[in-house]
Amino acid sequence: MATRREALVGGGLLLAFSFASRGLGQLVGGGEGGAAPKALRPDLPGSLKNRPELDAWIRIAPDGAATVFSGKAELGQGIRTALLQVAAEELDLSPATITLITADTARTPDEGLTAGSHSMQDGGTALANAGANVRFLLIQAAARQWKLPPESLTTSGDGHVMAPDGRRLGYGPLAAALSLHIEAVPDAPRRDPAHYRTLGRDLPRVDIPAKLTGGAAYVQDLRFPGMLHARLVRGPSYGTRLKAPNLEAARAMPGVVAVIQKGDFAAVVALKEWQAIKAMRVAQASDYVRTLPPLPVTDGPHRLQSLPSREIVVLDTRDDERPATRTIRASYSRPWYSHGSIGPSCAVALASDGELTLWSHSQGVFDMHRAVAELVGLPAKKVRCIHIPSAGCYGQNGADDVTAEAALIAMELPGRPIRLQWMREQEFGWEPCGCGMVTKVEASIGPDKRIAHWTYEVWSNSHNNRPVMAGGYAVAQQVVPPLLMQEPKPIPMPEGDGDRNANPLYVFPNMDVRYHFVPEMPLRVSALRSLGAHLNIFSLESMLDELALTGGVDPLAFRLAHMQDERARAVMIEATRRFDWAHRPRGDGRRGCGMAFARYKNIGAYCALAMEIEVERETGAIMVHRVQAAVDAGQPASPDGIRNQVEGGIIQSLSWAIKEAVSYDDSKRTSFDWGSYPILRFLDMPGSIDVHVMDRPGQPFLGAGETAQGPTSAALANAIADATGARLRDMPLTPEKVKAAIGLAG
Amino acid sequence: MSGQKIPFPGRRARMSARLFRGYHPHTARYGAVLILAMALFALALSWRPAIAPIPVPSPSSFPAEQVARGAVLAKLGDCAVCHTAEGGRPLAGARALATPFGTLYSDNLTPDPDTGIGHWSAAAFRRAMKDGISRSGAHLYPALPYEHFTHVTDADLDAIYAFLMTRRPVHQEAPANKLIPPLGFRPLLAGWKMFFLHKGAVPVDPGRSTEWNRGAYLVEGLGHCGGCHTPRNLAGGEEGARAYHGGVAEGWHAPALDASNPAARAWTPDALYTYLRTGISPDHGAAAGPMGPVVESLASVPESDVRAIATYIASRMAGRDIGSPAPAPLDNEVAAAKRFPEGATLFAGACAGCHGPGAPMMGQGRPSLGLVSNLRDDDPTSAIQAILQGIEPPIGGRGPKMPGFADSLTDGQVAAVIAYARARYTDRPDWSKLEQTVRKARKERAQP
Amino acid sequence: MTIRINVNGAEHVVDAEPDTPLLYVLRGDLRLNGAKYGCGLGQCGACTVQLDGKAIFSCVTPLAAVGTRKVRTIEGLGSVDRMNALQSAFAAEQAAQCGYCSAGMIMRAQALLDAIPQPDEAQIRRHMQTNLCRCGTHMRILRAVLRAAGLPVDGHSA
Ligand code: FES
Ligand code: FES
Repeated sequence: MATRREALVGGGLLLAFSFASRGLGQLVGGGEGGAAPKALRPDLPGSLKNRPELDAWIRIAPDGAATVFSGKAELGQGIRTALLQVAAEELDLSPATITLITADTARTPDEGLTAGSHSMQDGGTALANAGANVRFLLIQAAARQWKLPPESLTTSGDGHVMAPDGRRLGYGPLAAALSLHIEAVPDAPRRDPAHYRTLGRDLPRVDIPAKLTGGAAYVQDLRFPGMLHARLVRGPSYGTRLKAPNLEAARAMPGVVAVIQKGDFAAVVALKEWQAIKAMRVAQASDYVRTLPPLPVTDGPHRLQSLPSREIVVLDTRDDERPATRTIRASYSRPWYSHGSIGPSCAVALASDGELTLWSHSQGVFDMHRAVAELVGLPAKKVRCIHIPSAGCYGQNGADDVTAEAALIAMELPGRPIRLQWMREQEFGWEPCGCGMVTKVEASIGPDKRIAHWTYEVWSNSHNNRPVMAGGYAVAQQVVPPLLMQEPKPIPMPEGDGDRNANPLYVFPNMDVRYHFVPEMPLRVSALRSLGAHLNIFSLESMLDELALTGGVDPLAFRLAHMQDERARAVMIEATRRFDWAHRPRGDGRRGCGMAFARYKNIGAYCALAMEIEVERETGAIMVHRVQAAVDAGQPASPDGIRNQVEGGIIQSLSWAIKEAVSYDDSKRTSFDWGSYPILRFLDMPGSIDVHVMDRPGQPFLGAGETAQGPTSAALANAIADATGARLRDMPLTPEKVKAAIGLAG
Repeated sequence: MSGQKIPFPGRRARMSARLFRGYHPHTARYGAVLILAMALFALALSWRPAIAPIPVPSPSSFPAEQVARGAVLAKLGDCAVCHTAEGGRPLAGARALATPFGTLYSDNLTPDPDTGIGHWSAAAFRRAMKDGISRSGAHLYPALPYEHFTHVTDADLDAIYAFLMTRRPVHQEAPANKLIPPLGFRPLLAGWKMFFLHKGAVPVDPGRSTEWNRGAYLVEGLGHCGGCHTPRNLAGGEEGARAYHGGVAEGWHAPALDASNPAARAWTPDALYTYLRTGISPDHGAAAGPMGPVVESLASVPESDVRAIATYIASRMAGRDIGSPAPAPLDNEVAAAKRFPEGATLFAGACAGCHGPGAPMMGQGRPSLGLVSNLRDDDPTSAIQAILQGIEPPIGGRGPKMPGFADSLTDGQVAAVIAYARARYTDRPDWSKLEQTVRKARKERAQP
Repeated sequence: MTIRINVNGAEHVVDAEPDTPLLYVLRGDLRLNGAKYGCGLGQCGACTVQLDGKAIFSCVTPLAAVGTRKVRTIEGLGSVDRMNALQSAFAAEQAAQCGYCSAGMIMRAQALLDAIPQPDEAQIRRHMQTNLCRCGTHMRILRAVLRAAGLPVDGHSA
């Protein structure tokens, strides 16, 4: 290996530019889930470090057909298309000619989770460099055949290496004479961004046509011969148990093939889906009891502040005492959120010949094949897990649980594929919620109108309870004997979880930032898009406006005065320029504008946005007139793909900030349908949303899927304060809260 | 738009005219002639002087405390419900109010000098509320329920005035009313008032609690509950002798609030309070149709006022023996399916997912259909409308939500489902002529 | 029990209980993927199909209610190679993320366009109010419907 590497480097090919992602994104999947496999080659970029052999990523058949393998999964974020673009660019092939295989424990590299906006940083980077390696090997092979110096050769864009005199050699024959079962080199020459054919173009997403025409696109659409339909019989929410499920009556219902019962875990299995649902209802018509301590009805997320916690010092930069002219103390919070996938979780499982195959929308099929193996008592290598897309999950919804449950059922009915789908209310009741959180901030400005002190505390549960062992599944507490629960752990910085983005990218003196990590979970929680960054950025960016206001400084100028990162400044300037911030309508009691900024995790994409809103004083209703964002995600694979993600993030974050909260009484969650858990609908939509994607040719990919969540909610609160003078700090910022702040007389 | 009153298709018609509600167009003609006769008799008395315009008062001329009180009273009076157009500015009027006699458009109550009440003095406002006379001297249509507002004290009216005059002026002209002749001729209204406008304060009953008397004042006055819950005679006046015996509201049946109330379980003051405050009572059902905006208003007024209203209304409903303890909700599943097999099948596929045993709503303590008043009412209209139009969460957009079935079920199918549900969940006699009633309800739903 | 049903212009005979919601008949018996289970409660619109041209929730429409009325699903609008105008507009606007809501969105929007060929944006928003999208593709959907109606779509972000 070493000799080949030397040979390659010695071949005189110098780096076009180096891919500077080293040092970034060391934690695969944002540190959630299990660790990715050990880094075998820390010198390689992205996920190549864990799986350095090129043929794990790319294979080229003798007829020239290219197959590309990725451990990352399509979650509706368009990653398939982006990965194809990356591979196509560096292989210099048309994306249409590449077959892409994703997230299959039997076929693709283990890239850990698809999460934390790491797919492009890890997976995209790996494919880019693997592609560059392969293309480089192909060029070298042609050079040997033609006896020409490799640097005189080019590739054609359609699968050929070309000589200066126009001779062509196809990738297929060239590859046939090569072995790709070799390790990558770190510095294979990448294509020059000036000559990109695919990367940076708005390639229409490859998965969209099927979704618009009724093609089979989702795990819900899988149909296997002999497949049976299963439904669970359980209490209204996590932490409850049915007193007397009527399983005998269910067994007698038409079409019912089996009733499975393992401790409190019960399921009905039927020939047809509707038969399973009817049997489920018959079985489920029972009272329930709570099996866990009562839910904190009165104090909401503030309950976390009274639970035992572990203190983690995030930042401690006490330096010289500075004079403070004004000090502001404030506390901010958000409630528990539901992921609210439009399609409740679904999986298919098949046990046969001592092996188990799972088709799942889990973001972590690699963790899953180990954890489910433990759950059902098989060796991990006997469990194969294949990712199949489903409705957007935005973090850990019920996808992992439903797959584990389908596996348990399938083990009882070998040879029959089992399709298990959660009901809407089961998704709301049993999925891990996004964590409720509280922050407390005390900050001062000095006579120079700059921040003099910054003291910040955040209380949160772990945002990372993704199952890496059987005890991580909800069902582990239902079976007998119950399995040891997975211990909640915080994610270390720089990614962080509850403290994600609690460390300001701004330059403040005298910072004291602490994370009170609370292991005990009043509600079951796990990762929700952006984890703790949502409330931390909401708190930070709200407080910045409060300080700017008290200092009489424009919010944009105040931010710029504390920001040295040039790219951060650039997105702020770009977003506000496009918004025409300088000439924005000033708060007049009704209309108002707000802005906010964040660099996701301080190592991901940059996002600044400004919005104009109007508050209907008679009702407290908030109308968002326009939103202008600017995003720097490094080299965009597809700018429109990023725009789509960020637009969606803006709308979702507005929905969180304005409407959403998981409701509960002391025995169960009470938000169980779209009436009790409303989200934004069409009539609530902003008048316009414009997302500008910064052009950063050749810069490392920076995950953009979660970058808008924090800034959007913060800009909204800032705009409400600008419009009405009322500073709202506890989400959701409902019309009732607006009304309470401005008074019934408005 | 978030959180705003959203004009859901199913909720479109939730506020329309209080005038002559529930009359078919053919009976409308008789009503018109009757009014004409009364009016001719009264014509001589009908003339009223204009009240001189005043310069638009400065918002700061009203004490904050008075404005705040006015805000609450305006909620209790549901002013914004009728005086806000779909998707329009609150209180700026121009809402279309459909009546069998044509379409009325509500007036602009903001202090805009040209299109609103900017030049109105407090005296002019009081006269409008108590006598149904515009500042200009013209008679107002009783879509403005002045037969109730006339009971409101001057101090309260002045507070509402203060609240309105401190709103942001909105320039918005209401479209011209489109009424069938001769009703466009306003002096006719003088005759109507002779019969139906009974001025004076709500009498205080010293034998009752302060809370009850406060409730009476609110219900009979600002709350104008009788506007929907009292039947109206041919001329569109409330039948005082049958007060609260059930009426009609925008194509829905407003249930009786007297001893003939159909509820399976007694409406206690507590149950009523919960219902009026949250839009749902676990023992009775959810607020639907035109009741939605009413509970939405009541959600934000002082608790004591809602308690007072609940106490008064509960006392009006007293007198029926429910039996004690309250019987468990009925569910005659098998017998009902035998009598109405088509309805049973439709129910299983369309309704049981929420209302059947083992359905999620049931695990959440939502009322069983065996307790829902609409199914027990002698008049099936509201049950039908709930099926056709569905139910939107009345308060803060969060709560009971039911889809409308107007486009998926035919008239015959709605009739079949509802006949089955009545047989399954109540001990009441079958409704007759259901399919016609569905057809009629569907037509009324189609009105603006 | 065998029941006849007309879907996308073709007569089918299915063996299903008459109370089965149309959604499961389409997905299970006719193997059509377009209509999706989202809530089964008539609250999200993922299952939207057309019944005699009106957009309905197939999850709460029993097979017995369909009778001789005509069902249209997204498979009846066009295929990957021959998308209809609205599907093409969704593709052109890339109006999907996970796409789970998309088929229902298209079927509801198509019902509007069939009744009102050139709706204004407010009409579209109101009409689409019943259908949920969690990914936040609403602005793109609005643009796609405007585009399909031949109305101007300004800028790249509505
Ligand atoms: S699945 Fe039918 S409306 Fe949600
Ligand atoms: S695109 Fe995912 S729900 Fe709409």
